[in-house]
Amino acid sequence: MNARLRLRVFAVAGTALFAALVWGFVGLPDFGSFDGAYGQLLNRLSVPDRASTDVVTTVNFDFREFDTLGEEFILFAAVVGVASLLRTLRGEHVATPDDDVPGRRVPETSLVVGVTGTLLVAPTVLIGIYVVLHGHQTPGGGFQGGVILATGLLLTYLTADYMTMRRVGPTALIEAAEGAGAAGFVLIAIGGLLFAGSFFENFLPIETAGQLISAGTIPLGNLAVGLAVTGGFAFMLSEFLQQTLIKRRREVR
Amino acid sequence: MLFLVAVCGTCVVLARDPLRQALMASLYGLVLGLLFFVFQAPDVALSQTVVGAVALPLMILLALARVRWEEERRK
Repeated sequence: MNARLRLRVFAVAGTALFAALVWGFVGLPDFGSFDGAYGQLLNRLSVPDRASTDVVTTVNFDFREFDTLGEEFILFAAVVGVASLLRTLRGEHVATPDDDVPGRRVPETSLVVGVTGTLLVAPTVLIGIYVVLHGHQTPGGGFQGGVILATGLLLTYLTADYMTMRRVGPTALIEAAEGAGAAGFVLIAIGGLLFAGSFFENFLPIETAGQLISAGTIPLGNLAVGLAVTGGFAFMLSEFLQQTLIKRRREVR
Repeated sequence: MLFLVAVCGTCVVLARDPLRQALMASLYGLVLGLLFFVFQAPDVALSQTVVGAVALPLMILLALARVRWEEERRK
């Protein structure tokens, strides 16, 4: 297929796609004027029924928590996939990390990066913890907070070096967080089954809206997902870094 | 804001060098996150910012670093 024919085919397909998009967009409701019954219902139920002021989190971690379970395990499967793809194969062996070879001068972290990073690590971790713990009150939750926490680990790599990062977040700890988070989330679901009669049913007291400990199992679910997501992203980060920094050589036969 | 998102998105497509593309994708993720925030969807904005501006470009950069190392070793 030559370039001109390809362009012509694209022109036809592009026009059709554009027309379909315009047709679709014309039918959208105006911005801010959504009147689906389910949305109105959730807005009205979230605070009195669950004491949760963040409706999005209420949906994700209570009314439709089963969907979140699926998403949680998508991430889990991705982490397992990365781990098994990047494992040490037969015929490969792990060599000393570039940064650790004796006599090699590691390029110094620039002063600006060092200072900015050092200043940012603590606030980043704090914001991460805040976002996880206040998922039922303010925007955010386990997923967002978890990724922010994993970013804290990335900052230690940027400001210090790979070895420091490994000391701050050893693989065993990261794997434990990932496993505990995923298992904890399932345990919350089973708790609902045991104490309230159905999978993921909210079985803890609802308390008053606006308090840190309120909304029943929603904060617990956020905590579990936060742990799992922190572990998952931190694991992928350290695995990819290991691939880049630690050389693996095929043995010469 | 919408215009800025469109410009950034186009820039991502037009950048041919993978390194620049990754950096541009990070900026695009940030701008898209801001757009969600402006449209009163702070939950989605947070997810979009952390994943689109940090996690995704990071994975691409690490993969690029690995590929470049492989290429240099072959020389």
